[in-house]
Amino acid sequence: MILDFGIAFGRVAFVMFFVLNVAAILGWVERKQSAIMQDRIGANRASIFGLRVMGLFHPLADTLKMLTKEDFLPARADRLLFVLAPFASVFFSLVAFASIPFGDTLRVGDRVIPLQAITLNVGILYVFAMLSLGVYGVMMAGWSSANNYALLGGQRAAALMISAEIAIGASIMGVVMWYGSLSLQEIARAQGELLFGWIPKWGIVVQPFAFILFLTAGIAATKRIPFDLPEGESEIIGYFVEYSGMKFGMFLMTDMVETTVLAGLCTSLFLGGWQVPYLLADGFHFPWGTVVGLGPLMVSLLQVGSFVTKVAVMIFVLMLIRWTLPRFRYDQAMRLGWLGLFPLSILNIVVTGAVLLAWGARP
Amino acid sequence: MRLAQRFYLREVVSGLVLTAGHFFHNMGKHIAHALGRRDARGAVTIQYPDERRPLAPRLRSLHRLVRREDGSPRCVACMMCETICPARCIYIVADEHPNPEIEKMPERFDIDLGKCVFCGFCVEACPEDAIRMDTGILEFSSYSRRGMIYTKEMLLALEPAGPDGVPRSPVPIPADRTV
Repeated sequence: MILDFGIAFGRVAFVMFFVLNVAAILGWVERKQSAIMQDRIGANRASIFGLRVMGLFHPLADTLKMLTKEDFLPARADRLLFVLAPFASVFFSLVAFASIPFGDTLRVGDRVIPLQAITLNVGILYVFAMLSLGVYGVMMAGWSSANNYALLGGQRAAALMISAEIAIGASIMGVVMWYGSLSLQEIARAQGELLFGWIPKWGIVVQPFAFILFLTAGIAATKRIPFDLPEGESEIIGYFVEYSGMKFGMFLMTDMVETTVLAGLCTSLFLGGWQVPYLLADGFHFPWGTVVGLGPLMVSLLQVGSFVTKVAVMIFVLMLIRWTLPRFRYDQAMRLGWLGLFPLSILNIVVTGAVLLAWGARP
Repeated sequence: MRLAQRFYLREVVSGLVLTAGHFFHNMGKHIAHALGRRDARGAVTIQYPDERRPLAPRLRSLHRLVRREDGSPRCVACMMCETICPARCIYIVADEHPNPEIEKMPERFDIDLGKCVFCGFCVEACPEDAIRMDTGILEFSSYSRRGMIYTKEMLLALEPAGPDGVPRSPVPIPADRTV
């Protein structure tokens, strides 16, 4: 009983540890990656006892700065909602990661431990429910600030996120139809099968179109450049214009956590989740017949490592997009969401359905 | 706009290829640098206070007053520099020199660097080659206007920059600087 509780706690703790640390380090990754892309060095001055470690202390220094700054409350703000908004925002993005599997089940003795914080058979719906609830944090922030710029920013954010969420929901339907499950663990498991005997049946192979649609809509839902029209760090004022100190920091953290969640979702749905190509539960089975046996613990370690690596690669790609493309105008983003992504996602569902129908059963 | 451009995806991919190319090219150089290839530079950044760009040999930097062999200023207080100065930042008070062949010397020679435009006219106008702008010192600043006024003694104490352009004398600090 105690052990069961401990295992459940460990699963949740691992996911929280992973998400929070990745999110914290993303600020550094963002600075350094953009610097290297632009032939610069990037922030490298924060030091502890003369030790700089390539600027790794900058997130720490930033957090310290935000924690010690004045926590300003506008005079006419709605006190409860104003304080609640950043917490709601960061909470829903944090819990969204919970049903993303980071490995197959691990067998220790007679125990079967699913490597997932919570095992849900409707995992996808849970993730999108949580991500959609994040809109409330943004809207609350915009409304409660008693500032017209913040209100307009919140309205832009809500409009953008709703138009993106619909496209996300429609674009993953193709994946759900193909693998026949709403459970992220089931989808990840199904991606271990092979197509024509040698291509791993990852989502990006069988649903490449859905991958592009999902990635675009996902970036829009996380409100990152090129879809940062609600905030517009450099020019426009966003919904958090009245926030300062750590409350502002929590909105920044929401961005980072949502990026991590998006990378995790892309990995689970399209990049095979925790799958390593040709790795089955008892070792590698290469298509040319070679079999390399591995113990269950080794297999689980490889799976978790594979998941983490894929998430890292996805984050790299997301950052690359963020530092390459210019911002969309508000009307362009709306047109892209409603007249571009949404109809194309519906088309993808229709084509996928037709293919599945023509092949008889699920292949 | 052509249809391919309207679709935007091709342009996105070509942009990503460009930036990713920069990333991996620079990353390779950074790694080579870390592995011991000191000539590999992954960034064009010069980290200013730690490393400096070489100065051009004719760059006009902080003024100095050239000394005679006995240490007295070569300046004869002819007021040429004060006259030609477009910013009117030079203030000279003349005095009699003990040597009758030299006749005059400055009692005061103040340059208000807050006004100076570093045109170099004073150097050009000087008939005695008594003022030069070759110290290589670029970082002089002050919290007050008084602190920007450099006197004769300070200007006389300065040395010319070395052959590599590195200043050989420290930045002089005015005696009455408040902060």
